[in-house]
Amino acid sequence: MDFMVFQYPMISVQACLDGILLGILFALIAYGMALQWGVMNIINIAQGDLVILGGYIAYFMYLYGIHPAWGVIVSPIIMFFVGIAIYKLVINKVVDRDLFISILATFGISILFMQLMNFAFGADVVLANSDYGTTMLFNNNVVLPNSKIFSAFISILFAICLVIYMKKSKLGRAIRATAQNARAAKILGVDTEKVYAATFGINAALCGVAGALISITFTIHPYMGLPYTIRSFMIVIIAGLGNLPGVAMSGMGLGVFEEFADYILGTEFRIGSVFLLLVLILVYRRFKLSRKREYLK
Amino acid sequence: MNKNNLLLYSGILIFGIAAPFLFPAFKVQLSILCVLIVLATTWNIQGGEMGYNSFGNILFYGLGMYLCASVQVGMFFPLAEWTESGGEKTFVHTPAQFFQGMAVGLIVAAVVPTIVAGLIGYSILGLRGHYFAICTLGLGVAAGEISGGIEIIGAGQGFTTPPFPDVGSLESRGEFFYFLSFFVLILTFIAVRGIYTTRFKLILNAIRDNEDKAEAMGIQTMKYKIVGWMISAFFCGLAGGIMGGLVGYIDSTDVAFDGREMGVFMVLMAILGGKGTLWGPIIGATVFHIFKEGFWTFFLGWQYVALGVLIVVIVIYFPEGIMGWLREKYPERFGEVVDEKDRKAQVELK
Repeated sequence: MDFMVFQYPMISVQACLDGILLGILFALIAYGMALQWGVMNIINIAQGDLVILGGYIAYFMYLYGIHPAWGVIVSPIIMFFVGIAIYKLVINKVVDRDLFISILATFGISILFMQLMNFAFGADVVLANSDYGTTMLFNNNVVLPNSKIFSAFISILFAICLVIYMKKSKLGRAIRATAQNARAAKILGVDTEKVYAATFGINAALCGVAGALISITFTIHPYMGLPYTIRSFMIVIIAGLGNLPGVAMSGMGLGVFEEFADYILGTEFRIGSVFLLLVLILVYRRFKLSRKREYLK
Repeated sequence: MNKNNLLLYSGILIFGIAAPFLFPAFKVQLSILCVLIVLATTWNIQGGEMGYNSFGNILFYGLGMYLCASVQVGMFFPLAEWTESGGEKTFVHTPAQFFQGMAVGLIVAAVVPTIVAGLIGYSILGLRGHYFAICTLGLGVAAGEISGGIEIIGAGQGFTTPPFPDVGSLESRGEFFYFLSFFVLILTFIAVRGIYTTRFKLILNAIRDNEDKAEAMGIQTMKYKIVGWMISAFFCGLAGGIMGGLVGYIDSTDVAFDGREMGVFMVLMAILGGKGTLWGPIIGATVFHIFKEGFWTFFLGWQYVALGVLIVVIVIYFPEGIMGWLREKYPERFGEVVDEKDRKAQVELK
């Protein structure tokens, strides 16, 4: 336990800003999860591994001398097709089955991806260096890497583009219709199979963007996927499905929580505290809901 | 109990007792098989019968592992110095100390997880469906991450369990652990078989099929859910304690709270064999273990890839498991009366 963070206000400011910039990234991943959860009623445990895979694409561009920021454009395109391939191979067989089956199936995909990435890219912690420098704020007391600001900016940009696309385009309308009532959509001529594939692809593409940004700003490692899944799951259940401002807010909140946990408890408990927070939130939610149910009686 | 059953049980019992002498090279594998069967069978109590699919039983398993080892050490030596010395054997258990410690350790390893399950049960078992699954997944991983940061049980370096004392023959370690795990297996089987003949099992099934209706019928579902989970936790802790001694080394994320391996294995074994049956998890665990040990060496490093593919294939194409498949094929053997005309009509419909 270390309460230095409260004695020096500048550290708190640093933690808050770091957390908010990190949280915007989490919110982007969570948006993808909310999308597929809402449309297909599937919880994708492999979400985090898709993120890491997207990160490795950007990292490879960096290794071959291309600036990793271009990964933001390349990796979603590749990941879109990876997502569609996963859908065609596995997910379309579990879409209308028991939820636990889909959780277990995606858990299998997650283990598969984890290990394949471990073989392909090695078990080292890597990052793609973007050379963006840093920004100093408040008399040089707060240091913000420009890459984090860049990543937050890009995430917001992608989120806004996606929201507009969902509102305006024909596919977006079809996706929203399927989310509301898949059967009715089918009757009215929506090819739900295609919509599901597109949804999963878009989700994977979002993961690709987030992964590329994570490889620039933080580090990636083949086994780091599961915490991203848990974070996005947590953000979605705090915010609720289809509540975009809520997703953004709870993402930022989670980022700030994590930074403070990092300062107070120490880095070794960072991931542990995220998982514990998930348990606490679920338990809190359960008690809140049960009170509601009893009231209805 | 009819004659066939008696013959079957006594056959298995005799085989179980004779196995370490028949296959002396596979003693460790056989003990691991016993532990796996215990884990799968007890997972099935709340996963298969109660319908609460948990990824978090690994929590009790790891807890039991750490508790058994630390009690075994802590009864005779200072725990902190033991973990600090790590692999160096400056403290040596005498045989009497070892067995005494193991006995007390196993009791603690069984009782404490049960209490923990009872305490957290009320808040966690109120979650339904996928929320419960993800919550327990989080619980298991959180336990691993947190125990990896606690100094007194070895933090990231791991914890060496007391080495088996020198009691004469070299074979005795394997035999001891085999018979210990086999004993626990029999205990589990008798307990689970007993539970499955009572009203308790029917209540668990009612909870699985429709919890709200069960509640409306006047069953206090929460009470039964907690008890079901506690039974699971009891045997998971016991299995963990044995496994800790068997492996000889405890690491927070790779051995004890290994959600990626053991945590999924128990779910997979139960599903492979057939959820919600007595024999399903046993058959599933045996098939899985033979497959794993037989093919793992051929894959050489690709095991996890194979595991991932295996999970996906089992879950998609084989969700009913071996027992479910058998049941569909030979319904008469399961005590179901089949109308031949009805069956033909159904086949034609398909």
